[in-house]
Amino acid sequence: MELWRRARAVLRGRAMDQELDEEMASHVEMATEENRRRGMSEAEARRAALAALGGLAAARETHREARGIPLMETLWQDLRYALRTLRRDVGLAAFAILITGLGVGASVTVFSVVHAILLRDLPVADGERLLWIANTGGDGLSARTTQTAYLKDMQGNLSTLAEAGGYFAFYGIGDLKMTGAGEPERLTGVPVTGNFFSLLGVVPVLGTGFTEAETQPNGPDAVMVSHDFWERRMHRDAGAAGRTLLLNERPCRVAGVLPKTFDFGAMFAPGVRVDVFPVFPLSDQSNRWGNTMSVVGRLKPGATAAEAAAEMKVFARQLAKQYPGQNDFTPQVRPLREYVSGSVRTAMLVLSGAVGLVLLIVCANLSNLLLARATARQKEISIRVALGAGRWRIMRQMLVESLLLAALGAALGLALAAAGTRVLAGLETEIPMMALAQLDWQAMGFAMTAAVVTGIGFGLAPAVRMSAVTGSDRGASATRQHTRVRNALVVAEVALASLLLVGSGLLIRSFARVLDVTLGFQPRQAAAVRIDPGRDFPNREARHAYYRAALDAARALPGMEAVGLTDTLPLGKNRTWGAAAKGQVYGPGNFPLAYVRVVSDGFFESMGMTLVQGRTFTANDDKSGLPAIVVNETLARRLWPGEDPLGKVILRAGAPERVVVGVVKDVRHLALEKEAGGEMYLPIWQTGDFSQVDLVTRGGSEALVRNALRGLDPALPLTAFRPLQTLVDTAVSPRRLIALLLGGFATFALLLASLGIYGVISYSVTQRRKEMGIRMALGATGAALQQGILWQTLRLAGAGLGVGLLAAWALTRVLQGMLFGVTPSDPATFGAAMALLTGVALLAGYLPARRAARLNPVETLRLE
Amino acid sequence: MSKMELLQGTLEVMVLQTLATMGALHGYGIARRIEQVSGNQVLLNQGTIYAALVRLQQRGWIAAKWGTSENNRRAKYYTITKAGTKQLAADAAYWRQLSEVMGRVLAPVEDAE
Repeated sequence: MELWRRARAVLRGRAMDQELDEEMASHVEMATEENRRRGMSEAEARRAALAALGGLAAARETHREARGIPLMETLWQDLRYALRTLRRDVGLAAFAILITGLGVGASVTVFSVVHAILLRDLPVADGERLLWIANTGGDGLSARTTQTAYLKDMQGNLSTLAEAGGYFAFYGIGDLKMTGAGEPERLTGVPVTGNFFSLLGVVPVLGTGFTEAETQPNGPDAVMVSHDFWERRMHRDAGAAGRTLLLNERPCRVAGVLPKTFDFGAMFAPGVRVDVFPVFPLSDQSNRWGNTMSVVGRLKPGATAAEAAAEMKVFARQLAKQYPGQNDFTPQVRPLREYVSGSVRTAMLVLSGAVGLVLLIVCANLSNLLLARATARQKEISIRVALGAGRWRIMRQMLVESLLLAALGAALGLALAAAGTRVLAGLETEIPMMALAQLDWQAMGFAMTAAVVTGIGFGLAPAVRMSAVTGSDRGASATRQHTRVRNALVVAEVALASLLLVGSGLLIRSFARVLDVTLGFQPRQAAAVRIDPGRDFPNREARHAYYRAALDAARALPGMEAVGLTDTLPLGKNRTWGAAAKGQVYGPGNFPLAYVRVVSDGFFESMGMTLVQGRTFTANDDKSGLPAIVVNETLARRLWPGEDPLGKVILRAGAPERVVVGVVKDVRHLALEKEAGGEMYLPIWQTGDFSQVDLVTRGGSEALVRNALRGLDPALPLTAFRPLQTLVDTAVSPRRLIALLLGGFATFALLLASLGIYGVISYSVTQRRKEMGIRMALGATGAALQQGILWQTLRLAGAGLGVGLLAAWALTRVLQGMLFGVTPSDPATFGAAMALLTGVALLAGYLPARRAARLNPVETLRLE
Repeated sequence: MSKMELLQGTLEVMVLQTLATMGALHGYGIARRIEQVSGNQVLLNQGTIYAALVRLQQRGWIAAKWGTSENNRRAKYYTITKAGTKQLAADAAYWRQLSEVMGRVLAPVEDAE
């Protein structure tokens, strides 16, 4: 209460003074009157009254001291003084605010992203106790998922695991067709076990979740819906729970609405927007589908992930004996958090380090700038010192100025970060959890801290420098020291900038290398669109007839170069099957696996794939034809090393033998950075084992294809055509984003370092004007002077480069995992960074050097 | 005899006591009253009264209100508050005790052995 009154008194200073003046005036009147009554003359009475009061000014001062907060009051003064000073030097203030803003903006943006990805708790309850339980750890999704019988057995049979559940990993994007109310739409549904949300600790905001009956095999249909879906399609209906949706023409009860904070895509499938979650039953039937489940477990209190992993291993061995006919289960247990964000951890740490460097460069740059200004303010400070300002007071004044600049810069930075975070969170990239990045109060706190740290960081050196000013002039030794500090700052800037340049250079080169890989298909001019109608066909013939008609209709369109069907597009999901060469016996754990694609005639042509041997499929590869198969080079080498694969036979349990009719080049199907592995292509007309189907077109117009398909099935919900290039772009988006951000930081750093060099050299030219004038008068040419200054520049830049490149040499190792096709000590990158920095430094030194060379010696000497 | 310098904090107690016995009073009145009661023994810089008054006010021990003096002059009148009365009681006890202790400490030694 008292503090509040005091603070108010500080703010109402003028009014308080006025009131006191009035009060003292009446005091003096009363005292004068009393004195006069005692017999004094008018003048004498007044003088005696004032004397007893001890002087009005002094009384006012003690009053102020008594009522206010002394520190706050002087700070307020300092602040007002700082504002006045900055107004006098608008250019400098604007520059300082701009670069602090950029620096703080970049770091706060990176902080929000890193916070969302690495630091903040997962949007589930007690996420640290959740485990990701994967199978073997092979590349394809089939190798990493688990049969439902194993999951069922995990429930309640393990001493370390309180609960286990999961989701169906082979859900298809846009697999569900919603009809009925409103526009028909393709929805993405992820089937989950009945306990999935309670396992995660995600509580629905509306509804109570699945009923017991709904979680049973063949129970009534029910879905949980995402918050986004509820807003978008159910218009935030408070009575949404219990309503019925028509999905794939089956009525489905809405069992609940998930909270806004829970984003399944951000956690488990970055870049995917999931609308609904149906129940996936753990039944004998679903067990027969093979490896399907991504499994999540919750640790019992007191148990650790390592204990769970050990127990799970033993458990899996027991089960293998129990069910000899089942797929292998080799559990790999790790904390869910690690699974979710482990893959981008290094990248996030690198980004954090990089913005840290950027902030350091900003500090060095501003420190340098303010040091230069300190010289110009010499006289002003001298006067203040002469008037009795103490060393601390001067120092504090200087720090208040730099903190004010930093605070204004941070305000700008926050605005930039708000925009930056929104852009990053809105990107469709495969970086997990980034969609949840936001500028929250923690980010604001971080911005404030960053502002204070930078303010002190760049203000300290100038403040110390200025506080050393005495009332008299400065000596030459102080000037030398001053120059040394400024040189050291520039060297540091160059060093930091070269470190950033090398780091970003390596990542950019990796990115270029990734774009250069042989994809195995030609994405240009090719596009894909989902055409499976999402309704049941009476039989396989009717299903094939529909696809045949769609294919023929598209093929008949003008301008169409090639059209094909496939159930699997590159860089998406994958399934693997066993694929044995007939006549070969394989040991346990050595059974060959291959990725499966079910494709039609025209597919290889529409993708722009390269046939190496034999033929591609034709319309005749149907049920009347011989069971055929096309393999890629890797699978051919694996199954028949050194032999001609054409005409060889592939066996698969419970399926007809297939004869190899062609060999195609490998396609980068998993990721651009990964080798393909074995791949096999089955003719679509000879199998029913496929779910979603994409029509791949090369050439032709989207509108015409759309019309043709509509003519075939007016109820077909058509999503947008996806150019194959988009698939490639999405796959490289995390890499591109990080290269882009680091490249941006490095460019900013380079700019600041060159400004730093320019500032120092140009200052030294001004300082040495007289000396240079004398040397010119004695016969030195302008060219010689210019050369000398350029040498000085090179020495500074060289020192910084030396330090920076050495540091880069030591530090780029941490980038190892993010590089592709370049080594961490890539000579080309180091060379390019060196050349670029030297060039920029020379340019920054050239401008002042040219000014020196054009000095008029007579004028220069006359100036002094 | 030269006048006494005031100890830290004593002026505030004097002001509270004055207001407690005299009721509402303006700054000049308080200063004069203290000078009179002390038998003109304290060296009171009247200007410091106002610093003491604003401090007491901020602590909530006295209240102030503008009014008119007996000679029809505008003046700010101070009154002691409930909290101020309580504080005065505590302060008075403290000072009494202190002066007693000081008296004993400084008393001439009677039975030295």
